[in-house]
Amino acid sequence: MTALAATSAPSAWWQSRGVRRFMRHRLAIVGLVMIAALTLACVLGPYLLPYDALYIDLRARFSPPLTGSHYLGTDPLGRDLAARLLIAGRISLLVGFFAMLLSTLIGTVIGVVAGYWGGWIGAALMRFVDAFLSFPSIFLLLALAALLEPNPLMITLIIALTSWMEVARIVEAEVRSLRERDFVLAGRMLGLRSMHIMFREILPNAVGPIIVAATLTVARAILLEAYISFLGYGIQPPLPSWGNMLNGAQQYLASAPWLAIIPGIAITMAVTSFNFIGDGLRDALDVRSDHF
Amino acid sequence: MFGYLLNRLWQSIVLLVIVSIIGFAVLNLIPGGPLSQFALTPGMTQEAMDRIAEQMGLNRPLPVQYLDWAWRLVQGDWGTSYRDGQPVLNVIGRHVFATLLLMGTSTAISIAIGTWIGIRGATHRYSLFDYTVTVGAMIALSIPTFWFGLVGIYIFSLKLGWLPAGNMYTIGDGSALNYLRHLIMPSVVLSLVNVAIWSRYMRTATLDVINQDFVKTARAKGLTERRVLMKHVVGNALIPMITLAGMQLPGLLGGALVTETVFTWPGMGRLFLDSLGYNDYPVVMGLLMFSAILVLIGNLIADLVVAAVDPRTRLD
Repeated sequence: MTALAATSAPSAWWQSRGVRRFMRHRLAIVGLVMIAALTLACVLGPYLLPYDALYIDLRARFSPPLTGSHYLGTDPLGRDLAARLLIAGRISLLVGFFAMLLSTLIGTVIGVVAGYWGGWIGAALMRFVDAFLSFPSIFLLLALAALLEPNPLMITLIIALTSWMEVARIVEAEVRSLRERDFVLAGRMLGLRSMHIMFREILPNAVGPIIVAATLTVARAILLEAYISFLGYGIQPPLPSWGNMLNGAQQYLASAPWLAIIPGIAITMAVTSFNFIGDGLRDALDVRSDHF
Repeated sequence: MFGYLLNRLWQSIVLLVIVSIIGFAVLNLIPGGPLSQFALTPGMTQEAMDRIAEQMGLNRPLPVQYLDWAWRLVQGDWGTSYRDGQPVLNVIGRHVFATLLLMGTSTAISIAIGTWIGIRGATHRYSLFDYTVTVGAMIALSIPTFWFGLVGIYIFSLKLGWLPAGNMYTIGDGSALNYLRHLIMPSVVLSLVNVAIWSRYMRTATLDVINQDFVKTARAKGLTERRVLMKHVVGNALIPMITLAGMQLPGLLGGALVTETVFTWPGMGRLFLDSLGYNDYPVVMGLLMFSAILVLIGNLIADLVVAAVDPRTRLD
């Protein structure tokens, strides 16, 4: 957006105002470091740990953290919690990331079309957005997850299907305000096709708000996956996810509290990171915000 | 004013129609469709299934089926629960009170604490307090509600023994105090997210008002800062918050579902999950539609309240 456009020709991208403002935002840096560390641990960690995530050791059931080389303890089947946590992290982060990509895509397309065409098509599309927003998303997600086959791909799809509305609203508002600008008029006079004007001329000007919304959508998607997996309708065991690790934890709360506490900290860390980064990006990209 | 009311009502009805179309689409995702309820009957044959499909009109085109389904919805015929054969609306009705009690208490807590934090954050902008609650709010929005509940149960029920770990009351003890003790933890847990959201918006709303001319006038008249704040700023800052309260309803209902599960609270959320577990699709569908309708009504009421207290909305 404006911040990126302000970059003068000779300076490199990392010297741009947007990047400098992002770097000044300490929380965003904390978020960036935290999520980088978490991702790295999830990618490399399982190779460095002595136990496999699915290795069952019945003699070592319910070991508290720091028992021997079970750094985070073990679960009711004696599986190493650290190994499971990192493998689960891969699943949860991947689901969050791809759900974000898909929902941003859906939201952007619907937002651009609704904002550019306006009229009854735009109104109809936006009423559709409002209708989706009227459902508590967890209700809709659980119903869909229970009716469809709960594999990671399907979970990603239905999370995307219930989180595209925010992006659609933001993009619609942005495009609607850009529609009347002179460069769009010029594009029309040049005889460019609507598709070209919509996605090649207008959309690049709305990239800032989309990036911010997308970042916050990752946070939301990770949370949603955790909710439905915790409730037993998300990622199915033996495949671990941060949410389904917590699924059975409540019944062992008195005897093995680490089973509940540790995965929750991982979720909170990941989600906080994306919220911090999103907040920093909003400042850096000069996106008008309603509340933060 | 009347035109505005009519317009809002019309918009809500349009939304309701779209909501019902989405609901109908979900209904048709059910394996075996609406017919699946008979598939489990002992001695069921394919011919009998076909006959029932014919009788239920399931071989008609989808739009016709939709109109039929929607018309029965409007008349209050929401089907019967597979589990106990009771009308869906009766089943839902038995669980509404518990959820509304939880949501109401939680909303009261969020508004009280969130408003205070928001105003203090705005009047002490960029102070340590402001900075702390800003970061705190972002972290609060990142904590999974159910995990917060589990940690609460671990600390306050299992370790300290101060509060019960679940249910709405102890069997055999129906005193108000007993209800209250059971209500504290779930409603506080449910408030977490809304305190964060409410305080952020309240801060922005207060900042919007605090720089306006009429506040300067009030100060110039020599009113004390406290009086300016209470009489002129807070009242005006709260107006947009009414709309916000309506907008937060879907999130609150979703949060209630998760909170009720953790605290075995006998509300609509628990009912939803139990019904999912029993494949009791009529109740699941009923709750899906019921919650959306509740949200639409909530938003409508919020708009009407805003229109009633803020003369500016009545102009257009």
